[in-house]
Amino acid sequence: MYPEELRYTETHEWVRVGDDVAVVGLTDHAQSELGDIVYLELPPAGTEVSAGGEFGVVESVKAASDLYAPLSGKVVGVNDAATGDPALVNRDCYGEGWLVKVELKDPSELENLKTAAEYEEFIGA
Amino acid sequence: MAKAIKTPLYEKHVSLGAKMVEFAGFVMPVQYTGIIDEHLTVRENAGIFDLSHMGEFYVSGKGAPAALNNVVTNDVEKLKIGKALYTPICTPKGGIVDDILAYRDADEQYMLVVNATNIEKDFEWVAGHLPRGLTVDDRSLETALVAVQGPQSELIVSEALSEDLDEVRYYEFISAVVDSVPVRVSRTGYTGEDGFEVYVDAARAAEVWDVLYDLTTGIGGVPVGLGARDTLRLEMKYCLYGNDIDEGTTPLEAGIAWTVKLDKGDFIGKGPLQKQKKEGLKRKLAGFVMVDSGIPRHGFEIINVDEKGIGRVTSGSYSPSLRENIGLAYLDLPHGEVGTEILVNIRKKPRLARVVETPFLKLLGGK
Repeated sequence: MYPEELRYTETHEWVRVGDDVAVVGLTDHAQSELGDIVYLELPPAGTEVSAGGEFGVVESVKAASDLYAPLSGKVVGVNDAATGDPALVNRDCYGEGWLVKVELKDPSELENLKTAAEYEEFIGA
Repeated sequence: MAKAIKTPLYEKHVSLGAKMVEFAGFVMPVQYTGIIDEHLTVRENAGIFDLSHMGEFYVSGKGAPAALNNVVTNDVEKLKIGKALYTPICTPKGGIVDDILAYRDADEQYMLVVNATNIEKDFEWVAGHLPRGLTVDDRSLETALVAVQGPQSELIVSEALSEDLDEVRYYEFISAVVDSVPVRVSRTGYTGEDGFEVYVDAARAAEVWDVLYDLTTGIGGVPVGLGARDTLRLEMKYCLYGNDIDEGTTPLEAGIAWTVKLDKGDFIGKGPLQKQKKEGLKRKLAGFVMVDSGIPRHGFEIINVDEKGIGRVTSGSYSPSLRENIGLAYLDLPHGEVGTEILVNIRKKPRLARVVETPFLKLLGGK
């Protein structure tokens, strides 16, 4: 449910870090709590985001929830497939349902994020 | 606040893996498989609902029809035995105390079905506005309610009752048994689909649920939670008490003028409602569809193209059947007229929407 290689926030985003670019998505816990996701509002490529700052919105039939950037940097990719079909986040939150790619400004911010074990403990899984 | 009440079917929901939430002082299933799946299954096939949180009062005694007619806006005196009626109860100013169903059981006996949120308030209101000598008996906690809704519901319920339901028309009810359990069955609902509501003693609710559940799921139907109940009713523009209607709104503004019988004699709220009708409405509950992206939610502000406030969203959601974002709002006239472009403030950004005809979803007529 919570892949080891990812890092997690207390606001239920995950991060997969590659070479200077991090992929950001929503955790399985979050997609399950929200239920059927029907709307995603994501920033256009080029937007600067800062760690802990709002960068978008996810809405299910019942509720709206803000998305918070796990790390600071520039958005260099947006998952248009997911904005077109937000249920992708329910179906495959760590794969096809990713949200944005961020070019990292300060890789040391990664140390502030949770490991899978820490996140699982945080959500009481 | 007092501890939330579990309905007699609580254990069923938990064992089905439902997500449970507190609603109006009850622990209720909000969803089982998912709101969209449940919603679409009701529209295409059938769904089973636990609505045991609803309240049931019995009003009886000599002169009950005329006395009750003074408390409600629709005409329960003309109502035939074996039929049910949708009616508001209004304040002396014409605001809505609650919207209820009245079932006529006998010449001088009715069952009233009230919203869970309003059970205590309604009991005091109804008892307080009926003359002495009439009895009002609150049987809410002893009464369970299971609904089966959807195009396949007649098949399911007639099988459960071993009775032909063809003769039971919309808003009619009968007494019957499921196995050996006595039930009251009405052809009513809150989804817009053909459907039935089955009232049963709380102590025997589980038996009735099991029979209806097995028949429903046996043909591909699903249990349905409050989440899909809300999206189903919203597509039909059925009002939700506390969201779309309350003591600050009148039935005329809400677009349910057909439930107000100004020609039936005196009743609580008649004067102001008559005046409002004569002078014309200043605002009305209108349906709108989002043109821009974003989902309207309860409380969001609505402005006109000149950025002046003209109303607030009372209900809003993604519509699973229409795949659009829809909402209801009291809009100052003439902004409430069909075709008007309005702006909904969603997260501080005004987004375009258009007033449309309601119900949002056009269904073929039922029985």
